[in-house]
Amino acid sequence: MTGTAKKVLIIGYGNPGRLDDGLGPLFAEEMEKLQLDGVTVDSNYQLAVEDSAAIAEHDFVVFVDADVSGPAPFHFERVVPKHHMSFSSHSISADALMAMAEDLLSSKADAFMLGIRGYEFNEFGERISPEARKNLDDALVFMKHALEDCDFAKYVNRFAVEGR
Amino acid sequence: MGATKKIIIEPVTRVEGHGKVSILLDENGQVTRARLHIVEFRGFERFIQGRPYWEVPVTVQRLCGICPVSHHLAAAKAMDVIVGADKLTPTAEKMRRLMHYGQIYQSHALHFFHLVSPDLLFGFDADPAIRNIIGVIKKFPELAVQGVMMRKFGQEIIKVTAGKKIHGTGAIPGGINKNLSIAERDSLLKDIDQQIEWSRGALKIAKDYTIEHIGELSDFGAFDSSHLSLIREDGAMDLYDGGIRMIDSQGNKVIDHFDYQNYTDIIAEEVKDWSYMKFPFIKDQGTENGWYRVGPLSRVNTADFIDTPEAEIARQEFKALTGGKPNNLTMAYHWARMIEVLHAAEKIKELLHDDDLQGEDLVVKGERRSEGVGLIEAPRGTLFHHYKVNEDDQVTMCNLIVSTTSNNVPMNLAVEKVAKKYLSGSEITEGLLNRVEVAIRAYDPCLSCATHALGKMPLTVSVVDHNGQIVDKKST
Repeated sequence: MTGTAKKVLIIGYGNPGRLDDGLGPLFAEEMEKLQLDGVTVDSNYQLAVEDSAAIAEHDFVVFVDADVSGPAPFHFERVVPKHHMSFSSHSISADALMAMAEDLLSSKADAFMLGIRGYEFNEFGERISPEARKNLDDALVFMKHALEDCDFAKYVNRFAVEGR
Repeated sequence: MGATKKIIIEPVTRVEGHGKVSILLDENGQVTRARLHIVEFRGFERFIQGRPYWEVPVTVQRLCGICPVSHHLAAAKAMDVIVGADKLTPTAEKMRRLMHYGQIYQSHALHFFHLVSPDLLFGFDADPAIRNIIGVIKKFPELAVQGVMMRKFGQEIIKVTAGKKIHGTGAIPGGINKNLSIAERDSLLKDIDQQIEWSRGALKIAKDYTIEHIGELSDFGAFDSSHLSLIREDGAMDLYDGGIRMIDSQGNKVIDHFDYQNYTDIIAEEVKDWSYMKFPFIKDQGTENGWYRVGPLSRVNTADFIDTPEAEIARQEFKALTGGKPNNLTMAYHWARMIEVLHAAEKIKELLHDDDLQGEDLVVKGERRSEGVGLIEAPRGTLFHHYKVNEDDQVTMCNLIVSTTSNNVPMNLAVEKVAKKYLSGSEITEGLLNRVEVAIRAYDPCLSCATHALGKMPLTVSVVDHNGQIVDKKST
């Protein structure tokens, strides 16, 4: 359970068939096992516009994605709503999704991105590299801690679990 | 303009599976060549080899995060052949159809409202700061909400028929693993009339736009072509099953009711040194002339009729524009796509009222075979899945022809025609470059059958001179 009455939505996204790109869905799978009250967990291959409907029903949203070049083991940052149009893909970025939820559905949710550093992406395969798995474990510890008070803003720019 | 220029619209990396457009200008600023390069991973077939056949309908969803349901169903249909399930139970076939219409519905709606409508509502040359989804939200908020809610409705259908978004398991070799509960049915039924109403509205926008701009669109990446799709035995549009029909640009049937188990008898694939994608072609017509279009435009062109009343009226209006001949306008894809949205909504309603969806007979089996082919009309066009399985139940061969591959030559033609018409001798502006993207977007190509990890830009546009120096750059 979260330490507050706030409702939190965690969306892990990525392709589990593309090695470390599966970090987001695997994170979601691990979080779902905890069955935390007040925490809704979802996962998909990518973000999509209909996610805006679920976002509008929560106080906080945490997007969890594999990061190809950020710091290890993870980084945590605020998502600022911002509109921009993708070229032809049916996916949508987290900032554009938040802007859509805000404009269309009057969402007041605060959004954050948890980018977990991955290393292997350019092949098909349903496995996570050992280094990325360690990063995932650290990210899980971090998120469980952050959910205790849901004061996510104080963790912005956090790159590692405290004490490690 | 003294120096030769090459305009490149390209991705930053190959990771995401992107498109890159290169436009070559001569020293006079005339377009001499334009090509669309789609970076596609070809390792998936090898990834499947060695896996047990019953896992494949789930595993293939990893191929594409945009249309996993289409791969799920095409693979399941191929595995039906492997397990000797020549005729599914009514419950199994109708559940799969419901899943498929849900996929078509949400995919088409999203493409139209959120990717295409800015171009149609504001014009190709409008300020790009306005010509995007935020512009639509501000000026036409009700349309933007409809797009979200139509997409959500389609995803709800997929959820109750396929299971988890990231791990759909609904279709299994020989049938389906669950039926539709009364509660699930009623939850969908309460929204279906609203969905049909929104579909009518979307269709009207696409139709009116095409008719009002017919002068410009008649020369906007338009060209004669053959059209290929599945077709039902009685000639009706069928997005789930049927035989292969191909018509030429005048509507003559070149191939009809061909059993797709034997598709290799009529279709082959060519590799070209400048593209990562293969180029499918009709063997009898050769590599130069044997290409064809697939997708909504082709399906509306090939069908003798549509078996839902409102979509059929819309089809007749569509055909009337060209005097009953095939419509070869690239931009008519949007009108055809919205006819299919209405058709899908009508079919969903029809299925939800069918008691077979609550049946208990879910799976059939027959004589085990070693080879199977599954075809389906995915949102973007005909999707081929072909597998061979050994005595240990392991897949030994897999070949896929995805819709975007079939539209490879047509998209290249559309890009070149638009580039030559609008960019030759002109100062290159964002609006002109956008026209190239508009032509590609009409085909709704799947450029994202891959990862999308954080930190990747989807697309950049660079203008490079003859010395390889970037003289202009644009990100989209």
